[in-house]
Amino acid sequence: MIKNSAAEMAQSLASGATTSVALTQAHLDRIADVDSKVRAFLHVDTEGALKQAADADAARARGEKLSPLAGVPLALKDVLVQKDVPTTCGSKILEGWRPPYDSTVVSKLKNAGVVILGKTNMDEFAMGSSTENSAYGPTHNPWDLTRIPGGSGGGSSAALAAFEAPLAIGTDTGGSIRQPAAVTGTVGVKPTYGGVSRYGLVAFSSSLDQAGPCARTVLDTALLHEVIAGHDPKDSTSINAPVPQVVAAAKSGDVKGMKIGVVKELNGDGYQSGVRQRFEESLELLAQAGAEIVEVSAPNFEYALAAYYLIAPSEASSNLARFDAMRYGLRVGDADGASAESVMNMTREVGFGREVKRRILLGTYALSSGYYDAYYGSAQKVRTLITQDFNNAFAKCDVMVSPTCPTTAFKIGEKTNDPLAMYLNDIATIPVNMAGIGGMSLPCGVAPEDGLPVGFQIMSPVMQDQRMYSVGAALEAALLSKWGAPLLSQAPSLGGAA
Amino acid sequence: MSALTYEDVISKYEPVLGLEVHVELNTNSKMFCGCSTVFGAEPNTQTCPVCLALPGALPVVNEKAIESTILIGLALNCSIAPFSRFARKNYFYPDMPKNFQISQYDEPICVDGYVDVEIETDEGPKSFRIEIERVHMEEDTGKSLHVGGSTGRIHGADYSLLDYNRAGIPLVEIVTKIVPGTGKYAPEVAKAYVAELRDILRALGVSDVKMEQGSLRCDANVSLRLIGSDVLGTRSETKNVNSLRSVERAVRGEMIRHAERLNKGEKVVQETRHFQEDTGLTRSGRSKEQAEDYRYFPEPDLVPVAPDAQWIEKLRASLPERPSLRRKRLQEQWSVPDKEMAAMINADVLNIVEETVLLGADPTKARSWWLGEISRLANEKEVAISGLAISAKDVADIVALVAQGELTDKLARGVVEGVIAGEGTPAEVIASRGIKVVNDDGALMAAIEKVCSEQSETADKVRNGHLPAAGALIGAVMKETKGQADAARVRELLLGHLGQAAN
Repeated sequence: MIKNSAAEMAQSLASGATTSVALTQAHLDRIADVDSKVRAFLHVDTEGALKQAADADAARARGEKLSPLAGVPLALKDVLVQKDVPTTCGSKILEGWRPPYDSTVVSKLKNAGVVILGKTNMDEFAMGSSTENSAYGPTHNPWDLTRIPGGSGGGSSAALAAFEAPLAIGTDTGGSIRQPAAVTGTVGVKPTYGGVSRYGLVAFSSSLDQAGPCARTVLDTALLHEVIAGHDPKDSTSINAPVPQVVAAAKSGDVKGMKIGVVKELNGDGYQSGVRQRFEESLELLAQAGAEIVEVSAPNFEYALAAYYLIAPSEASSNLARFDAMRYGLRVGDADGASAESVMNMTREVGFGREVKRRILLGTYALSSGYYDAYYGSAQKVRTLITQDFNNAFAKCDVMVSPTCPTTAFKIGEKTNDPLAMYLNDIATIPVNMAGIGGMSLPCGVAPEDGLPVGFQIMSPVMQDQRMYSVGAALEAALLSKWGAPLLSQAPSLGGAA
Repeated sequence: MSALTYEDVISKYEPVLGLEVHVELNTNSKMFCGCSTVFGAEPNTQTCPVCLALPGALPVVNEKAIESTILIGLALNCSIAPFSRFARKNYFYPDMPKNFQISQYDEPICVDGYVDVEIETDEGPKSFRIEIERVHMEEDTGKSLHVGGSTGRIHGADYSLLDYNRAGIPLVEIVTKIVPGTGKYAPEVAKAYVAELRDILRALGVSDVKMEQGSLRCDANVSLRLIGSDVLGTRSETKNVNSLRSVERAVRGEMIRHAERLNKGEKVVQETRHFQEDTGLTRSGRSKEQAEDYRYFPEPDLVPVAPDAQWIEKLRASLPERPSLRRKRLQEQWSVPDKEMAAMINADVLNIVEETVLLGADPTKARSWWLGEISRLANEKEVAISGLAISAKDVADIVALVAQGELTDKLARGVVEGVIAGEGTPAEVIASRGIKVVNDDGALMAAIEKVCSEQSETADKVRNGHLPAAGALIGAVMKETKGQADAARVRELLLGHLGQAAN
């Protein structure tokens, strides 16, 4: 049962073949069986999940009109607040904090009857590409427990790949949904910026952060997308327009006549050979499905990483200023006679990890008087250029595609002492955030040399998210018929009941 | 104390002013969330995830606050930017929940305006133009109460209490360009500017403008330069100036303090200073020699403010009459001498006098009641006139009763006193105190005859044409009628009775 897609589970619930309580319990059992190896969850809300499941069953028994995903369990990245459930953002500084309010995403999930199993591990404050920066220890990739599950949303992607949940919520500031999806053989979508409310998403970089759906199939992702998306008056940057018809697009999977632009700059040098091979094969499958493959160029993408590492840390240095021990979270050094200033200093010294401190320092420096124009100011100009690159390219194609990451999952510990190598992981995902457009990663096979999953990235223009779902669904269908079974069936067993 | 007089200062130096005024808007909800803004609630009861800066919370702009700010900008003759942005001003302080303040930096909503203020000079009334650099929106911080220690400041305190009710209250900051050329009138001009702003804001209805409650706060920047020089001197910024009078005192005090330093060859330190209400002096605060780096950047959680041109024109059309023009109009309509007009403005009775006049009272009478007897009673009780229990309607009624001969001026004063004492409306006071004018000629004649027979010598003098002697008799008749008679009528009857033509 737990290896089914969310759509199949919803079908079983609708037909009465199973109940949400049974389905939820099955996932809780799976978590109990395998999570000591995977460590996807920071907090499992057994009681709350079973109650939500019982509520969903009761609503169904009363004959209420239910949302398509009612009663299906989900794993929530620990960066979104859920009332009364611990939210840490993978940081010591928020240890023990129970938010007094629901994020808009959580409110929408609850209204849709989706069952929230618990909170998943992440790089501290979503800063990282491996989940190794979590203050609570790394999450392990179910394909190979010695490898990283991607980051920052490695907990969510690992939970999907380990069948601990059929649905998950991630957040993507520079690739934190798509890169974990790529290295775990799952599907992850970063919707158009403003497509999903950020209210209650603990901010890393406000102008880049975007919550999105994660699952094992394109259709499941689309179903979840429509649950969480839509305008929210509590988020001024949320777009006041109808949600793109992503479920319809995922169901039809029609790419006939679509022009697919291959980004010249996001391929070649620095990309693992198996990654390139699977990417090329996928292009052929899409061509066979009726799409036209064209090459597009985005000359300014080469500056995206550098600009990102000025903008994101700048905003983070300000967003994270609120963690000062005054109102919530960790408080260190509050002895008699200690000044507020020293308590703030000691708490931040103890509460933040190395990568978070590194980025706060970077951002503080980049915003400083005398440096602002050269750093933050220039980075914003690069951002405009990247947006122009996308606009120019989208004039020639309907979607753009690239490998999601240059490589497959690396070993835990392999890059922890080399921040630049770590940052390079996001080279293909970052431009999407810089321009605020939509991006999806779906599995396109395993690399022959290491047997690890490869991600295929699809990028669509602002509020044209349905396009990436059409292409994703078409590729997924072509790959499935080629493989005969979902890619995850090739992943090693983690033991436990399946 | 200072050996230097103000005259010494202005004979050598020219003051240059710069004024920053913070105005708390009177919107019902805060700048970026729906919390109430009512003053004086229990600490930390008017808070929510947004104004407490809980993780994940996001600001949403209060549209009413934008409207109020545009109104202020228009009233100050500013251009309204078609596109303006909020920015984050980053610094750590315990009463600032986010550890950044959402403000406006290089893209304020209103720019380049002016206000003309008029003050009394040796050469008569003179107008000064104060140029406005910008009007921008921001949010207030919470409030710290530092307990223990002698200064009430954070340093030396045993502990501090934080109240976040005020955090996020909408503030508008109005910044002038530098104001040169006021010479010896700098203190008066500064005061007149703040008074004019207060009047404009009050007329707009956008703020309570209560300096004592902090809903209008003024920071006065003062520097001196040698007369004839065009190089600006080092400025000090005086905060904590909580009344109009203090604005004037603070500027004057700083001018003298700067001059003393300069005369001694010392440098003026660029710093924040705190005005001391009791001494009228300022105390050194934070040094601004090394400008604090606030690391401003555009607020990514908010979209730019792009007010619709039609909306702006609609707001422009709704602007109330400019207070200074209104004063001129009323002065003309009521034919008030300059000095009396100034007295009314000083006593802050213009509105209530106008209200009284609009209820039918004669302008001169209305003015004389509010400025005279009622002001006197307010002084006696040490309260503001607005704090007395007497309304424009009460005064208009009393003026009408006097005009109708139902009350004499003297009796009317008693009625005013009764109303203020809380005895009810004028009619109720008259009824309960049994006040009435004796206007029955028969009763008056009886009293006149009685007095004339008792003081026959005096009466004879009058009969013989010595009219000044009548005063004593009139006084006696008034006494006889317990002051309830109309003295003019008594005089008329008395003179007739003694064979003299009344005139």
